[in-house]
Amino acid sequence: MSGLANYVYILAGALFILSLKWMNSPVLARRGVLAGELGMLLAIGGTLINHHHNWEWMLAAFLIGLAVGVPIAYLMPMTAVPQRTAMSHACGALAAALVGTAEIYQSQPGGFVMVALIVETLLGFLTFTGSLMAMGKLQEILPSRPITYRNQNLINGALFALAVAIGVRLIFVPANTFLFPFFAALALIFGVLLILPIGGADMPTVIALLNSYAGLSACAMGFALDNHLLIIAGALDGSSGLILSIIMCKAMNRSFANVLFGAFGQIQPSAAAREQRNYRSASAEEAASILESATSAIIVPGYGLAVAQAQHKIRELFDSLSRRGVDVKFAIHPVAGRMPGHMNVLLAEADIPYDRLVEMDEINGEFPQCDVALVIGANDVTNPAARNDKSSPIFGMPILDVDRARTVMVIKRSMSPGFAGIDNELYYMDRTLMLFGDAKAFVTEIVKELPAKA
Amino acid sequence: MPSNLEVGLYVFMLATFVGLEVIRKVSPLLHTPLMSLTNAISAISVVGAIMIISREDATELSKWLGFIAIAAASTNIISGFLITDRMLKMFKRRGKE
Repeated sequence: MSGLANYVYILAGALFILSLKWMNSPVLARRGVLAGELGMLLAIGGTLINHHHNWEWMLAAFLIGLAVGVPIAYLMPMTAVPQRTAMSHACGALAAALVGTAEIYQSQPGGFVMVALIVETLLGFLTFTGSLMAMGKLQEILPSRPITYRNQNLINGALFALAVAIGVRLIFVPANTFLFPFFAALALIFGVLLILPIGGADMPTVIALLNSYAGLSACAMGFALDNHLLIIAGALDGSSGLILSIIMCKAMNRSFANVLFGAFGQIQPSAAAREQRNYRSASAEEAASILESATSAIIVPGYGLAVAQAQHKIRELFDSLSRRGVDVKFAIHPVAGRMPGHMNVLLAEADIPYDRLVEMDEINGEFPQCDVALVIGANDVTNPAARNDKSSPIFGMPILDVDRARTVMVIKRSMSPGFAGIDNELYYMDRTLMLFGDAKAFVTEIVKELPAKA
Repeated sequence: MPSNLEVGLYVFMLATFVGLEVIRKVSPLLHTPLMSLTNAISAISVVGAIMIISREDATELSKWLGFIAIAAASTNIISGFLITDRMLKMFKRRGKE
């Protein structure tokens, strides 16, 4: 390997680190993207210095990537970003797995290179099918409820152990390439089985975890090809996925093991026999007058808001109230939306200024002083049972302290329980008004009521 | 002299710590763009694919696997960077009113 390429790689590695560093502020973030692009350009250019044989193949493949990638980037609606992310985890993992496969067949190396290749292909193949499954669940092609069967963890564990056993055999006898298809097939099947029992509500964690796997797979490729740039980029991606999945787990008060093997949302709590309880409801007109006379309001958006495509109506409400001097903020729970940070993107798309989007830890102290909390399409993340009721399945989960606001209003279709199938105490409080209806339609009505009273 | 494996492990360890420190500071506001950015960066596996496909003695199998790998990775590079930028463009501060 000639020297120049290595120096170019060092520069590319530095740019990747800067790229992620600049993501810490919305002001510098676009510069971060630029740094990342430059880093990638250098990485590819540096590689081509010494490796340009068969360039026609590369060009053709690149053009395919271009033809697929550009429409995805510009046409994908923001609500579908989680699916796109899952899909690109699948693509990244597939690329890593196939490079590993080619290397195993072509070189049949021994020693630690083979260990790295086996790790690379194992992670690559299982992340490939796992991510496709996650994508299917997010796109709702596949049922988002957990799918379980008897001895699930045992069967999955046995399959994984078998894959590892074949992998170890290949490490010791690399020439036994006839074993490799079995190894690859087991890894692919395991990826599917791994995601089957995971419910839609846990997808944010799973996506982050798959992100981490895809990174580690690229990292293993770096070990196999003795390329430090691959190790650096893979490790950055791996640690990013790891941190995000830890944040998601904490936000739901779950452990990794529980997310992966717990099949949450499957066992429906019997909902305490659903006794009839009293609640108060209100009309759009009443809601408008309460909001108008408030000094401060906190809007709590959940994924239901995005499903109803109500973001832009919320913006109108936000504008209208702001003009009347109401201080409006948005309380963002870490798991609001279908992937880490998703709700922020959805609201930013509707032109809501990002300094109005406040994370959970910061905003929770503000609820007691807030006149109105308006919950739209969020449920479990506002359930006080997570704080008070030790028997609740979500006990211990950090929540938005909506119940501490002076008045609480909840836009909801009906009194039916949410994703986790748990009844919400919030709805039965004296200070709570239920606003029944479709999120978008109801917000539209509130906005209509507002100017009439100006 | 340390072996390739040892040097590789050093690089891995240091890059992981740098990654953890840098990512920890990213505001939750930007976690979605962050993930699509790291996604694009992890398509660095395109480098491996180029190495595989460009060998003088590359077998047909290597060429085809490398071909698919480059197509998949470059899809990620292109859509990843572009969509990240598209998202970031939407994040605006409150204008001077």
